[in-house]
Amino acid sequence: MKISKIAEILEAEVLCCDGHTENEVMSACASDMMSDVLAFVKDHAVLITGLCNPQVIRTAEMMDIVCVVYVRGKKPDAMSIELAESKNIVLMTSKYRMYQACGLLFSQGMHGGDCLI
Amino acid sequence: MSEKRRIVLEFDVDGDNFVSAGKASEAVKSNLKMLGLPPALIRRAAIVMYEGEINMVIHAKGGRAYVEITDQEISITLKDVGPGIPDIDLAMQEGYSTAPDEIRALGFGAGMGLPNMKKYSDSLEIQSEPGKGTTVKMKIKL
Ligand SMILES: Nc1ncnc2c1ncn2[C@@H]1O[C@H](COP(=O)(O)OP(=O)(O)O)[C@@H](O)[C@H]1O
Ligand SMILES: [Mg+2]
Repeated sequence: MKISKIAEILEAEVLCCDGHTENEVMSACASDMMSDVLAFVKDHAVLITGLCNPQVIRTAEMMDIVCVVYVRGKKPDAMSIELAESKNIVLMTSKYRMYQACGLLFSQGMHGGDCLI
Repeated sequence: MSEKRRIVLEFDVDGDNFVSAGKASEAVKSNLKMLGLPPALIRRAAIVMYEGEINMVIHAKGGRAYVEITDQEISITLKDVGPGIPDIDLAMQEGYSTAPDEIRALGFGAGMGLPNMKKYSDSLEIQSEPGKGTTVKMKIKL
């Protein structure tokens, strides 16, 4: 699924790297615990999270995550945006809550990849 | 005769600054990328180093990281003079964590760091003495 499609489904506002929204996302992961993300994420994933600190972007960069969606209308700090820009990670914020955001993406065909433990 | 590769990288990991935690891992990752190593290997190295670096920051007030890249392996050594780990077998268990709530609120402290380091490295060696510090050695074969 294209990142732009994710933004459309989640009615999300893209916060940075909008030049990369035509890139494809192959799997998805939703978590507020970064070690879970480090344990289970597959290639070219989107991360859906309610956590806004720069470690989210560091984690994303370690895992080659291409897009981070903040739920509940949350917005990351300036340092997160700066870091994401330097790593070409698309950031967006959606008004939906985590559960709804995941449900919407799943029902539109965005499955988790091999996220089962 | 082909040249032998041996690249050594060293970093101070600042224990007072959670925001900068991960900088060393980030630098190592870009070095590995520049060397053109396979992405899956790079990711494993990035994961184990980042978990170890975060551990030094949240449990040991920082430390030093040494990374050596040869033709055979990536070897990562993390040394701190923090409180040490009294029971390593217990610390290795998934979900075991002594991290305080404020660390959990930042997205860490799920007790998955050491298990992740074990899972994604080819070898993990932990030496620790309570009150003296901890040295973690990890290797990834190329
Ligand atoms: N460098 C370290 N110094 C002191 N204690 C550590 C260190 N690394 C890990 N530990 C101990 O081992 C436990 C488990 O570590 P880990 O699996 O990474 O989980 P977490 O960091 O989420 O607590 C930690 O909660 C801590 O008690
Ligand atoms: Mg840890």
